[in-house]
Amino acid sequence: MNAPHTPLLPGLPQPAPDSQRIFRQLLDAMAQPGRIHALQVAVTAPAPLAPAASAIALTLCDYETPVWLQSAGPEAWLRFHSGCPLVDDPGTARFALIDQPASMPALAAFAQGEAEYPDRSATLIIQVSAFGEQGLVFAGPGIDGETRLGVAGLPDQFWRDWQQSHGRFPLGVDLVLVAGTRFLCIPRTTTVREG
Amino acid sequence: MYVAVKGGETAILNSYALLADARRGDTDVPELSVAQIRQQMRLAVARVMSEGSLYDEDLAALAIKQAAGDQVEAIFLLRAYRTTLPRFGYTLPVDTARMGIRRRISATFKELPGGQVLGPTYDYTQRLLDFTLLANGVATEPPAQAEALPADMPRVTDLLAGEGLIEPETPPDGDPAPVDLSREPLKFPADRATRLQNLARADEGFLLALGYSTQRGYSHTHPFAGEIRMGEVALEIVPEELGFAIEIGDITLTECQMVNQFAGSSTAPPQFTRGYGLAFGEAERKAMAMSLVDRSLRSQELAEAIKSPAQQAEFVLSHSDSVEASGFVQHLKLPHYVDFQSELELVRRMRATHGQPTPEEETA
Amino acid sequence: MSEQSGNREVAAQAARQRWLAVLARAGVAELETQLARHALPALSWLRRPESGLMMVRARAGGTGQQYNQGEVSVTRCAVQDETGRLGVGYVQGRDSRHAELVALFDLLLQDETRQADLLPGLIAPLAARQAAARDKASAQAAATRVNFFTLARGD
Repeated sequence: MNAPHTPLLPGLPQPAPDSQRIFRQLLDAMAQPGRIHALQVAVTAPAPLAPAASAIALTLCDYETPVWLQSAGPEAWLRFHSGCPLVDDPGTARFALIDQPASMPALAAFAQGEAEYPDRSATLIIQVSAFGEQGLVFAGPGIDGETRLGVAGLPDQFWRDWQQSHGRFPLGVDLVLVAGTRFLCIPRTTTVREG
Repeated sequence: MYVAVKGGETAILNSYALLADARRGDTDVPELSVAQIRQQMRLAVARVMSEGSLYDEDLAALAIKQAAGDQVEAIFLLRAYRTTLPRFGYTLPVDTARMGIRRRISATFKELPGGQVLGPTYDYTQRLLDFTLLANGVATEPPAQAEALPADMPRVTDLLAGEGLIEPETPPDGDPAPVDLSREPLKFPADRATRLQNLARADEGFLLALGYSTQRGYSHTHPFAGEIRMGEVALEIVPEELGFAIEIGDITLTECQMVNQFAGSSTAPPQFTRGYGLAFGEAERKAMAMSLVDRSLRSQELAEAIKSPAQQAEFVLSHSDSVEASGFVQHLKLPHYVDFQSELELVRRMRATHGQPTPEEETA
Repeated sequence: MSEQSGNREVAAQAARQRWLAVLARAGVAELETQLARHALPALSWLRRPESGLMMVRARAGGTGQQYNQGEVSVTRCAVQDETGRLGVGYVQGRDSRHAELVALFDLLLQDETRQADLLPGLIAPLAARQAAARDKASAQAAATRVNFFTLARGD
């Protein structure tokens, strides 16, 4: 009882309205892949999570969504505020929080869904170093023609891996890329090529 | 086909006001409080909690007040309200063996350890209208007291199990988490966990009629009320941040263990089989009817011939929910003008040609 | 971890389970009166009171397969002092203040100096009253205990 305690950081300032606002933003972001959104809620994120990653995790995760954490640190905070179970096997997670994309598992290592239930797949929340304007061309549903965008901080093979993942459609994973307090979504329907 | 019908806003708003006025009734009569309903109509509250699938006496009493006593409407209100609340998780399975007993009877053993306890029951009343209640009642005498019941009141089925005369009731391997019908649609074949959740939420009248049908020969299950117990059971949860179980209060439950004769099959020896009923609050009729229907729905796993409605899972489970049933029956009163117009045209055309020779007959 | 400190932890957890169970069943008014007698440390609400649902699970036949019986309303909150010690409040029902009071007392009770005062001063009398209420209900039920006589039927 007198063991040393580590104070827990608070969660979303106003859990109900904040998570609703962020959920709405995520819906928009999934509907318009590649469009950058800015987090509208101030949250103190536990290391090594970025503010947007932590706010999105609290919005999406609950006791029914197993979470895979790439790096240690936010376990107690995440379990307390979301009630989510943490899993060691990325294949059993519904959400994955990735802060070191250079050493992340291949996309195929995460749950891809089942033919009957493609939604039983993982959503990966990946922290990148920055968003830019050039380097990638996004296309697919929700995009009028093409969108050009830059993403810094992903390993070289990432987009080849994504292309393979796209080949598994309707199975596959969905991505939320986070840079600090900004984020964008790349659902499995989006094709991304370098150029 | 459904076609939206517009208009009628003023009429609808006026009907709200008229409904509120009708609910309140004569204002010379004092208004009913939610606390009064909760305290003095506790069996109505129990039914709304059971079928509303939400244990909250205040909310159930409020729903009864708002619905002017219409139970099915009150159940609908409670179900609608629950969808607005976040789900924090689930409790540990309630342990009815540790119930704080207020009633416990067995129709199979007259001398059971701990004894038969009648509790607050209408069973032995004369069913004569009590006109002292009409005169706003008289002060009731405080109930008699005897030495408190033993803390340990074993279930009758556990006593039978000791002799191996009743089928064992143990969790399947790994004690899996059950399907949750409030999250997932009903699918067939439905396992027992799915069936029990469906029956726990099911309309009491529907279960009562089905249970009755099994007694009248529509599936012979030879039931005996092995034990019925009612009382308070602790709710235990394991908060993620603590990692150990804590109690957060007590709920009242009524449990019925139906014991059924079973002649045996190629895989099982002759023994007694079980039907289980459990309901929120004091709800004995519901728990008993549920246990009869639970047993009849086990026909398939017990290799019994399936010939009667109460044995047909798809029939029973698809029609048991009062909110769904009431909604679908009552939607018939909503405007179907376009559908009906097309039917009208069809009947007119059929009448016009009725009695005339068909083209085939003409060429013949 | 030494065996001794392991045992201490088990005992501490059991004590905490006991007081949380008692507090969750206590009336708001009596907890409020008691709280007024205590100076609270600096604290922050890590989780403000929120009402929601928990699914009540049961077992077929009381001992078999788990299934979902129906939900129950639950209110919870959590408070933290500056050392990171966490007080949690989980109560059945929708009373936010009740959950807050449970969390505050849970926090205070984890402080050993206050515990020496609160266990006999607050928890023991509450537990005794709750036990008395249970005993009364049980004694009233016991007064309806019956012995049925079966009479020989027929010839």
